[in-house]
Amino acid sequence: MLTTENITKKFPGVIALENVNLQIDAGKVTAIIGENGAGKSTLMKILSGVYTDYEGQIFFKDKPVHFSGTAAAQDAGIAIIHQELNLIPYLSITENIFLGSELLNAFGLLDKKRMQAKAEELLNTLCVTVHPSTLVADLKVGQQQMIEIAKALLLDADLIIMDEPTSAITEAEVETLFKVINQLRQQGKAIVYISHKLNELFKIADNYIVLRDGKTIESGAMQTMTHDELIRKMVGRDVKQMQKEFSNADSTELLRLDKICLRQKHKADKLHNISFTVNEGEIVGIFGLMGAGRTELLETTFGLHPAASSGSIFINGKNISINKPADAVKAGIVLLPEDRKKDGLVLGMEVKKNISLPCLEAVETMGFLNDKKEIVLAKKHIQQLGIKTPDEKQITKNLSGGNQQKIVLAKWLERNPKILLLDEPTRGIDVNAKNEMYKLMQELVGKGMGIIMVSSELTEVLTVSNRILVMAEGKITAEISATEATEDNVLKAAIAVN
Amino acid sequence: MMNLKQYKNSLGKLQSLIALFILCIVFGLLSDKFFTVANGLNVMRQISVNICIAVGMTLIILTAGIDLSVGSILALCGAITAGLLKNGIAIASANLFIGFTILGAILAGILIGALLGFFNGFVITKFKVPPFVATLAMLTIARGLTMLYTNGFPISSFSSSFTFIGGGWWFGLPVPVWVAAVVVVAAIIVTKKIKLGRYIYAIGGNENAAKLSGININRVKIIVYTIAGALAALGGIIVTARLDSAQPNAGASYELDAIAAVVIGGTSLSGGRGSIWGTVLGALIIGVLNNGLVLLDVSPFWQQVVKGGVILLAVIIDKMNTKSE
Repeated sequence: MLTTENITKKFPGVIALENVNLQIDAGKVTAIIGENGAGKSTLMKILSGVYTDYEGQIFFKDKPVHFSGTAAAQDAGIAIIHQELNLIPYLSITENIFLGSELLNAFGLLDKKRMQAKAEELLNTLCVTVHPSTLVADLKVGQQQMIEIAKALLLDADLIIMDEPTSAITEAEVETLFKVINQLRQQGKAIVYISHKLNELFKIADNYIVLRDGKTIESGAMQTMTHDELIRKMVGRDVKQMQKEFSNADSTELLRLDKICLRQKHKADKLHNISFTVNEGEIVGIFGLMGAGRTELLETTFGLHPAASSGSIFINGKNISINKPADAVKAGIVLLPEDRKKDGLVLGMEVKKNISLPCLEAVETMGFLNDKKEIVLAKKHIQQLGIKTPDEKQITKNLSGGNQQKIVLAKWLERNPKILLLDEPTRGIDVNAKNEMYKLMQELVGKGMGIIMVSSELTEVLTVSNRILVMAEGKITAEISATEATEDNVLKAAIAVN
Repeated sequence: MMNLKQYKNSLGKLQSLIALFILCIVFGLLSDKFFTVANGLNVMRQISVNICIAVGMTLIILTAGIDLSVGSILALCGAITAGLLKNGIAIASANLFIGFTILGAILAGILIGALLGFFNGFVITKFKVPPFVATLAMLTIARGLTMLYTNGFPISSFSSSFTFIGGGWWFGLPVPVWVAAVVVVAAIIVTKKIKLGRYIYAIGGNENAAKLSGININRVKIIVYTIAGALAALGGIIVTARLDSAQPNAGASYELDAIAAVVIGGTSLSGGRGSIWGTVLGALIIGVLNNGLVLLDVSPFWQQVVKGGVILLAVIIDKMNTKSE
């Protein structure tokens, strides 16, 4: 279906892709595998016409092509589902799906009926049970992701590129997606599938292509590969999977949440009577399906919903009133938000300024910011956390996802927080960076901090937590100690409601 | 590679300076009156009010806000200062009369400006009214209050110690230029050297991240709008002293000149990027342009067209630079 010959793409100062040769077959799912920064996204942007200046040659359906833009790539039959959602919130599902390819009736006006019907059909194949006239803003993230997929299906493209399509959807939705992919495969379409979740790749992919440092390292049939082998190819060396090891948590109570509720207008409580404790040196993992209220629990604890929430928070046995993030920070509770780009970092600012942002008091001299102190502070944390950046003056936007996540962590450490709230701490970062993140978490609890970690990756929750709380529909449905937790009983508790 | 990038970066910062330089050369060649000390001082005096306002506007725009009310606040506070100087506060029923010294009247004017700015900030943060709408309302409200206070008539002729603020000289420079210089230096310290400045940039860069970093963003915004209100009042006092008269329609469309200076100076309207220094250059460019076109006897109608063109050009060049990064 598609082959490339010696694709090379240079950015000022870096070679993102170097002589990439690959072959993507019709009727097959090809997994593109590589660490962050390996060049996957750049390659996909070239294939889908986002980048138009590159060296080398692309052959699509045996013809040499050079797309002049995304529209040209679409017309030729290549659709891409981007990792970031590109939907317009205040348009309906139908309007979003048909954006740019609206159907017209005989009078040249929008043919709403036909579009609505087609949208409904697409939603059905994807098992999304909402009306197509619903506004995208009212959908959950997982559903929005499915709409992105519907958009790509509408184009009826011959080659569909999926960039991390499952990063925001639930296990059930993943199953649906895989069913759809299987149908597409039977129709003879080619699928390029990019994901950090290796287990998924083994389930769905026929072939693999490993990229490392902008070069194609290897390709072949997925069946011949093992999990460890694949990781070795990606990283270029052996990586030990994080071992389950516990620094036996103290039994000193650090944080206690008592009857935390979060009300919603005209609906059942988003959080209902959530009570639990976190001890010193303990990692409490919170697992739940999309919409279970995990993120809301962290947000409420951090003081982001003061008007709608109730309940008490105790730190070291003392009742603390938290009405805004500043109160939480003062009390020693800090949050690493789920979406680091949107909520965690000022991407256009230098690394050092992001690190010092919550603790500017520490770099002041007589009320004035002291540049030298700030650099010392930034360098200290860059070194401690092993943040890979040319220097502390680098603009944060230019760093990789894993390093950005470390900066979000670094900015809090100077304040010596007691409790870290981590919301999906390893989303979208590669295996290596993930393991480093786990190691850092162990180090921090070793110093007596408490961590509450929300994650939708079951294996992550199982490996890292001392204790697992399972949430469903705003309630805690199970509390399982690490020794007793299995994929089975955790998942069951997450699904079982009423 | 890095060197080239650094070179390009510093070129980006210098581009307003280069533009100013070219403008000066062109006007110097076309008019022999342009490169005279008297004309230079004249330009500086003319732009000093715009600089005061534009500095406040820069702080606001850095937080990704906007303030359309500064022109009206300028008029109201100028009139109030003038009224207090002239008539004091007389309450006939209580047989009470409060007279004001010059300093007292000035402080009262600035205080009113700060209060109106505070009100802007309060409405914007507390009720989540978009800054454009909140300050548009204030634009009308403050203009109406000015008319009410003055009955639509100018308040004129003050003592020479008051008009000194607008027309006097001190160490070889016009007094308003000194005032503007102090404002600029203070604002540079605020933006570069203290926490508040860092918070302003952080909020404009990513409000969510700033909030989740424990920064009280509402407080920062209110402070910024309050400062802008006070600086608009300061501008009003200078204008009143300069004309020896508080005109009820003073300051009309001054907010647009201030925004123009900020934008020409390279500050991004979406916040988080820009500088006070850039705004000073922007105000200078507008000032030189106005002055040069007057010296060349260009019709005032054409002057407006040219000014608009320059604003567009500045933003287009800026966009092209940031795109290539």
